[in-house]
Amino acid sequence: MQTLTNRAKVLEQKPLTFMERLYLPNIAKGMAITFSHMFKKRPTINYPEQTRPFSPVFRGLHILNRDEEGRERCTACGLCAVACPAEAITMEAAERKSNEEHLYREEKYAARYEINMLRCIFCGLCEEACPKDAIYLSETFAPANFTRQSFIYGKPDLLIPDPKSQPDEFRMAQGRLEAHKANVKAAKNDQ
Amino acid sequence: MMLAVDFALMLEKFLLIVVIIMGSLVIAMYATYAERKVAGILQDRRGPNRAGPFGLLQPVADGVKLFMKEEIIPLTSSKWLFILGPCLAMVTAMMTSAVIPWGSKIEIAGRTVDLQIADINIGVLYIFGVVSMGVYGIMIGGWASNNKFSLIAAVRGASQIISYELAMGLSLIALLMLTGSLSMKTIVEQQVSSGIWNVLLQPLGFLIFLICAFAECNRTPFDLPEAENELNFGYHQEYSSMKLGFYLFAEYINMFISSAVMATLYFGGYDIPFVNEANLAQSWGENLVTVLGSVTLLLKVAFFLFFFMWVRWTIPRFRYDQLMDLGWKKLIPLALANMLITGAVILWLNK
Amino acid sequence: MSITEILFWFLTALALLSALMVVFSKNPVHSVLWLIAVFFAISGHYIILNAQFLAIVNLIVYAGAIMVLFLFVIMLMNLNAETEPQKNRWLWWAGTIAGGSLMLVIIAALKNTENQMAQIKGGDIGLIQNLGKVLFNDYVLPFEISSVLFLSAMVGAVVIGKKD
Repeated sequence: MQTLTNRAKVLEQKPLTFMERLYLPNIAKGMAITFSHMFKKRPTINYPEQTRPFSPVFRGLHILNRDEEGRERCTACGLCAVACPAEAITMEAAERKSNEEHLYREEKYAARYEINMLRCIFCGLCEEACPKDAIYLSETFAPANFTRQSFIYGKPDLLIPDPKSQPDEFRMAQGRLEAHKANVKAAKNDQ
Repeated sequence: MMLAVDFALMLEKFLLIVVIIMGSLVIAMYATYAERKVAGILQDRRGPNRAGPFGLLQPVADGVKLFMKEEIIPLTSSKWLFILGPCLAMVTAMMTSAVIPWGSKIEIAGRTVDLQIADINIGVLYIFGVVSMGVYGIMIGGWASNNKFSLIAAVRGASQIISYELAMGLSLIALLMLTGSLSMKTIVEQQVSSGIWNVLLQPLGFLIFLICAFAECNRTPFDLPEAENELNFGYHQEYSSMKLGFYLFAEYINMFISSAVMATLYFGGYDIPFVNEANLAQSWGENLVTVLGSVTLLLKVAFFLFFFMWVRWTIPRFRYDQLMDLGWKKLIPLALANMLITGAVILWLNK
Repeated sequence: MSITEILFWFLTALALLSALMVVFSKNPVHSVLWLIAVFFAISGHYIILNAQFLAIVNLIVYAGAIMVLFLFVIMLMNLNAETEPQKNRWLWWAGTIAGGSLMLVIIAALKNTENQMAQIKGGDIGLIQNLGKVLFNDYVLPFEISSVLFLSAMVGAVVIGKKD
């Protein structure tokens, strides 16, 4: 048979030599190899206690951002829902009342904001589409659950902690967000 | 009525039996843990480390899990034999421990106690007999399951054990020609007093015995009766709950016992290497030396257990025709030659 | 009754019961298993006679090897009620008569063994040393001939295996 390339290697099947037929020398060699692995470094980590660092552009569960005064940034413009290729995002807009200025930054806000995490493909297009810096993909996995209903995340699940009532949690989440933004920017600049 | 029995002796033997059986159960339990840990370490993993410190409670967790599982007896199985199978496997695995000398004498309250359940003068043959009974656990269980995979596994297991028993017996005959006794105690005492372990006199015999021990325990590379990729699980495919547990457990007890037999027959039993026990006993006292000897025996057993696991995670499974080739065409002629040469050398030296 | 006697009667009852079950079991696999129980009971008798070697060899050879082969064959043949052939009535009678005759012969042979039974009570005759001495002093020739027979059978088995 003519070969297309000269890389093909002819497989030789020689009859076993006496030493090979004895099995034992080769078994000893194999045992030495496995024994040497006892002293090798183990790549396994104790997962829940130790975690590996995520890649800078990792895209996990979404969070809805707040500004420094703890007001929701989302104005329910619907760009994210339009951008979403999996049609995972739905929302309902509402008008801000006069006594709600400390809650919502703009005059319009999302009364209902839902993401179906089973539909979501974690592409991050919503994050790119958002003009108000309101939605971000965090570094959290979607946890397992028993019902489909529980994978539809509403506003209470998505909103970042309030900086006024829960300052510590907010700072942590904010810190991770800032790091995430920086990472994404760096990754984009690299391209 | 002549029912007068030495009650102290009975109590002593009863306690000894309880201690040895509990001991081998615990060791078998931790052998399952050690197996997974060794497998993990040899494969650059960590092994079980969740239950308790270093995962030390893992065997307990496994046992509880097996107990909690539903007990299933297939409708088309023959019920009594289905239950008898795992019982036989367990009983035959435990019975061998009766003739192994676990230590020399110990003195408790002026009574000398032999650390051996029964020093019968056919000890080696007894082990042989019990091992040959071990087939029935597999065969009966496999047949009673009324499942083709189980049946094939049962047949495989039986023919494998019968084939390797021959080579095992022949390799033992060479050893017995050297010792001139079938009693395990005598064999150990000879090694203790001379300081020369039988493995030095019978290296080939030991090798054959070792290979056969692997085959008799159904351990890799000879674990064809439970070959997962060909027979799903082999003879214990239909089993669930503790009956499955018994089968799995019996394998580890078999491993432990055959390690103990190898240590006793070929590696001096409770002989402490490079030490003269008689001198030591005079300065340190008899009891302490006995305990040290038993610890030495357990260390030897632990080494063999590790060796069993080490081989399991190194060597792939034999094909069935290769297995039979090795048994009948290689080991038996080799064992026969070993026997003849040993006999000739003994005759020549005696002249 | 001493312990030995209790054991003797227990083992005898076990042996007879198991032997009857061998005959009456419908399933051949059960028959084989009962036969193994018979061998165990007989080995128990040997141990009572202080013939440990015989007892254990009986177990190794018969229960451990030959019966395994029996079981092996029967399991693979998959015998059950549907495949069982119609038995001839005459065959049934012939079997009964032949079995009865064999039993008569055995009883006649055992009737005159009273004297020797008394000797066995002495004890050590079945121990391995005595057995070895008898075999290698009084019966060297037949023993060696039979061992050569066994060896040639084993070599024959290996040769058959080698011929591919």
